[in-house]
Amino acid sequence: MTDTLSNTHAASLERTKLVRAGLRRRHMSEAIFRGLGLAAIVMALGFVALLFIDIGRKGIPAFTQSNLHLTVTFDPAVIEVGPAPARADFTSEAEYNAANLGWQREVALLNWNTIVEQAMRAAAPAGLDIDSRTLLTIPETDARHRIRALFVENPALLGQTVDVDVLASANATNWIKGNIDRSLGDAQQQLAAPARTLIDTLVENGTISNGFSWSIFTNVDSRAAPASAGLLGAFVGTLWMMLIVVALAVPIGVAAAVYLEEFAPKSRLTDFIEVNINNLAAVPSIVFGLLGAAAFINYMHLPISAPIVGGLVLTLMTLPTIIIATRGALLGVSPSLRQAALGMGASKTQMVFHHVLPVTFPSILTATILGIAHALGETAPLLLIGMKAFVAQVPTSPFDQATALPVQIYLWQGNENRNFFEPRTAAAIMVLLAVMICLNGVAIYLRSRLEKRA
Amino acid sequence: MDMVAGKVKMTQQSVNSTMNPTDLLERPIRLTAKDVTVHYGQKQALHGISIQIPDRAVTSFIGPSGCGKSTFLRCINRMNDTIEGAKVGGTIKLDGEDIYDPALDVVELRARIGMVFQKPNPFPKSIYENVAYGPKIHGLARNKTDLDEIVVSSLRKAGLFEEVKDRLNEPGTGLSGGQQQRLCIARAIAVGPEVILMDEPCSALDPIATAIIEELIDELRENYTIVIVTHSMQQAARVSQKTAFFHLGNLIEEGVTEDIFTNPVNKQTQDYIMGRIG
Repeated sequence: MTDTLSNTHAASLERTKLVRAGLRRRHMSEAIFRGLGLAAIVMALGFVALLFIDIGRKGIPAFTQSNLHLTVTFDPAVIEVGPAPARADFTSEAEYNAANLGWQREVALLNWNTIVEQAMRAAAPAGLDIDSRTLLTIPETDARHRIRALFVENPALLGQTVDVDVLASANATNWIKGNIDRSLGDAQQQLAAPARTLIDTLVENGTISNGFSWSIFTNVDSRAAPASAGLLGAFVGTLWMMLIVVALAVPIGVAAAVYLEEFAPKSRLTDFIEVNINNLAAVPSIVFGLLGAAAFINYMHLPISAPIVGGLVLTLMTLPTIIIATRGALLGVSPSLRQAALGMGASKTQMVFHHVLPVTFPSILTATILGIAHALGETAPLLLIGMKAFVAQVPTSPFDQATALPVQIYLWQGNENRNFFEPRTAAAIMVLLAVMICLNGVAIYLRSRLEKRA
Repeated sequence: MDMVAGKVKMTQQSVNSTMNPTDLLERPIRLTAKDVTVHYGQKQALHGISIQIPDRAVTSFIGPSGCGKSTFLRCINRMNDTIEGAKVGGTIKLDGEDIYDPALDVVELRARIGMVFQKPNPFPKSIYENVAYGPKIHGLARNKTDLDEIVVSSLRKAGLFEEVKDRLNEPGTGLSGGQQQRLCIARAIAVGPEVILMDEPCSALDPIATAIIEELIDELRENYTIVIVTHSMQQAARVSQKTAFFHLGNLIEEGVTEDIFTNPVNKQTQDYIMGRIG
């Protein structure tokens, strides 16, 4: 056997040669690994970019709406109703309210479509031959409610002429924005030919113009007047649920993690619980929906479609995330900090709450916000507890019926007026993504701030 | 008695640990350990340690790594309780009172026996909060003025006050290593302990910071019973009056520091001191 460790010059030259021979292969495998990693990142970024570009391209147009600037005459010949009751004529508040309601009912029964039609005809070129039904497909169906509301608010408008902006209908919007192929034949068009011609004329003479669509943010969902459909109801529903998740999941999750990590005796039972918590994090979310339907609605009789149930279900889903993250953070606290506290004569509880837990705040916070961001986008469990119901009101409490942002996206995505709702859906997705990006931004900001302080 | 008013002098020569051997032997005994054993699971770390720690003097434990000196130190304020699987046998008495008596509250014990660790470990809070924490949890201050006084005098005793008086509200973790260690000493002093245990308090510090701490220890011994673990024999010789040599979980030899270093009885002690083992 030759002495491989001999230190002669020849031997070291030989060794260097061997090392060099291997070098090429080593560098190559490193280059390959780097290339693969880079390719994976480029691909992932590419897909994300594609998603954002596609959603943006589709969704941004939905943030503009087509407005009809009408000159409305509150024609006394159509609005045949007595003067609004005055408070002074009645002895009690109740009597006045009753009379006022009666008057409003009378107002509601009037044919406000005639007023809308008159205003449309006034805006159209003189002598245009178009029937009432076709004409009324241009403004959105809620135009008459808008005008009526103006009158109820101010009955003195009777006989006057005022400028009112109403929305163009969803079909008219499609035509204006080019969401529908203009070359399609009459049979495939949603609007009759005279209406389409009139719309083009109105766009030309400035009666119809596009503006930013605040209604997406300020209106609730609507089926009768799709052009006015907004996200407010769903947004508030989501907000209620997230409040419930934060209020329940954070204290329960942190308390459970602290107990398991710091106080619970290490036994088979705690091991079993630990395994189950880890498994719980991997349970498909729709199963949580089934659990929520069975436990909270069937057994506890909480209202169906309500954010309280949604919040509870999402709390159950978020709990494992928070527990696991908090336990990890507690485990990572340096033993020297624990020793310092114990050495000072702090009790175990004092050690945990005065020293260990504060150090883990940034991690707990991040886990909470990421858990909430996850819960925010969760749709499947909400479908099972009835939150996909069509709800056209803003929930004022967690017990009111409501829907949520992702469910609203699901509902709009399934709407039959595809041409109009495809951009709307993309716009709703953009709002949801914006909320999530904000939450993540807050998480990053708070984390870096808390870490700097510590 | 306010011992350190200004900055501690930075000369090692000023450390004066000489004490008449008979003087040391006449000191009252503060801590008495008898047949102390420690098991970590199956492994026995200490084999029947018996030693007496004199009042208001520095006793040092020396020995090679893994000899059990730190383990024994941690028995004295029951820090071994916090290690899973650690089992302590034998008795340790503080002023005749068994510290492993189930009736004795470990929180009270640790208020009486403070500890300074190897790595400076101030709380990630302000300098003030670091020192005020102990008095706060033990309810030693009646009001804010009291607490301020405790904090200032503890920092003074630890020779740190002049250096930090303008930044008491800044984080303790922002200090230098030596300052952090003195902050930890101030923190221990603030509770008014009778005994202070120090587990290699200078091993993470540079020579200058070490000299400052050693001088501080020398001053503190007038008021406190100090037990220090060190793997620097020079340090043991400089600061302590009594020295105990540990090897492989056994207490090999103990006695007046001067005797141990100049005239060790045991062969192993001799070898260690001469640098032949360890």
